[in-house]
Amino acid sequence: MFDDFFTRALVTGIGIAIITGPLGCLVIWRRLSYFGDTLAHSALLGVTLAYAFSLNIAFSVFIISAVIALLLLNLQKRTRLAGDSLLGLLAHSTLAIGLVLMGFLSSIRFDIMGLLFGDILSVTVEDIALVWIGGSVILGILYFIWKSLFSATVNFDLASAEGMQPNIYNMIFTLLLAGVIALSIKMIGTLLITGLLIIPAATSRNITNNPKQMVFVAILIGILSVTIGLFTSLEFNTSSGPSIIVIAIILFIISLIPLELRGKLQK
Amino acid sequence: MSSKNNLLVNLENAGVYKSPKWLIKGVSLEVRRGQIVTLIGPNGSGKTTTAKMVLSILEPDEGSIKRYTDKIAYVPQKINIDWTMPLRVVDFMRLTNNLNDNEVSESLNQTGVEKLFKEQIHGLSGGEFQRVLLARAIAKKPELLVLDEPVQGVDFNGEIDLYNIIKNISANLNCGILLVSHDLHFVMSATDHVVCLNGHICCSGKPSTVIKDKAYIELFGEHRSKTLTYYQHDHDHTHNSDGSVSS
Repeated sequence: MFDDFFTRALVTGIGIAIITGPLGCLVIWRRLSYFGDTLAHSALLGVTLAYAFSLNIAFSVFIISAVIALLLLNLQKRTRLAGDSLLGLLAHSTLAIGLVLMGFLSSIRFDIMGLLFGDILSVTVEDIALVWIGGSVILGILYFIWKSLFSATVNFDLASAEGMQPNIYNMIFTLLLAGVIALSIKMIGTLLITGLLIIPAATSRNITNNPKQMVFVAILIGILSVTIGLFTSLEFNTSSGPSIIVIAIILFIISLIPLELRGKLQK
Repeated sequence: MSSKNNLLVNLENAGVYKSPKWLIKGVSLEVRRGQIVTLIGPNGSGKTTTAKMVLSILEPDEGSIKRYTDKIAYVPQKINIDWTMPLRVVDFMRLTNNLNDNEVSESLNQTGVEKLFKEQIHGLSGGEFQRVLLARAIAKKPELLVLDEPVQGVDFNGEIDLYNIIKNISANLNCGILLVSHDLHFVMSATDHVVCLNGHICCSGKPSTVIKDKAYIELFGEHRSKTLTYYQHDHDHTHNSDGSVSS
């Protein structure tokens, strides 16, 4: 059944959408959009290192993302610069280091466009396995720690006072985020992964009224974006990653319409 | 039962340092089961910091703290819940607690906001939100309850209601309560032990002792402390008529 490249792309994309739904909700609740972006930028360094030392790309990206997350925590203790400044510093320095290192590895041909925007049409059966098995592990852990993580997201002090140990769960969440980026970097690319995290979650927020509903609708919207996006790219021969994001943003715009109408009706 | 078994938390000479100064220093206090201990003092005197030490949100930089329970509930001074998080009152009630619908309704009923069950948290008024916060804490059936200015934003009648509820909680659940309050009337009339803070402990003891203390009068001004002496007297009278001893 996975003989067809398009089926492989669809199965992988849907797998990624199922993981990015809940994590994307947490990212926007916790105002971590730019943090996701920073991890994604640093992924380029991870990919370069993977080529240099012939490591598995997902593994190498995961390690680099985790290191960046720990560096951020450490920097926050040492300086009073605002979080967004530190993230900008880390994002662009790791991006630059990645590109410089790439220059040293002139013997290897890099597909820069592929790294930036991903190439979901070239996924292999191993990639499918990686996304679905890795994704199940991530979702399994998330399900297990949901209550603690969610209470820490609503209010850190409250969670801390009532024994939910928010520090530990915040750390685990960061690692899960690094994991998602590592799994999806090859298919979606460093520049677009944050879009797939945030846009379906944001769309879902417009049409839901409780946290669980928001998570499930975000997953559905993610799956819808991937499916329609891939069919569009097949039909019009556009690049697949960007097509998925364009569909996601169109769905977001549609989600705004009922709100507008409701506002007018109340007046 | 020895008195030791009733001890819930014990701070000894505890302090928190945040560069470049001590937020609070040399705090010793204890909360026992069935007791209401209040922290009073001006803004920035370390009331919330002390409460956060008791809750282990902040660890003391000097001195020590011992907790004898982990069934703790907290009503924080201020919570901002961002619009990006869709949250109904019922979801909020279950934040750190597994409750069924009946238990949620029952607790909301106790603070008079049962009708808000399915409302969005963002749509509540300040006073309604305080009531939900208190209901959530009650639902946890804690052994130690820490309340940081629980009646702020509540209207006058509501304030009396909530203070009555707080008194009932300490009796019904037999829990210890640490209360941060600006309402000196309630503090002096209904609580067991008062700790007056201003970066350190100015004075502490039973309400009747504290209001006579020079440090207390200096901190709150002669006029206000006298007004409260009057209230205290008023309370004694009520208490006598409630009790079995006739005057």
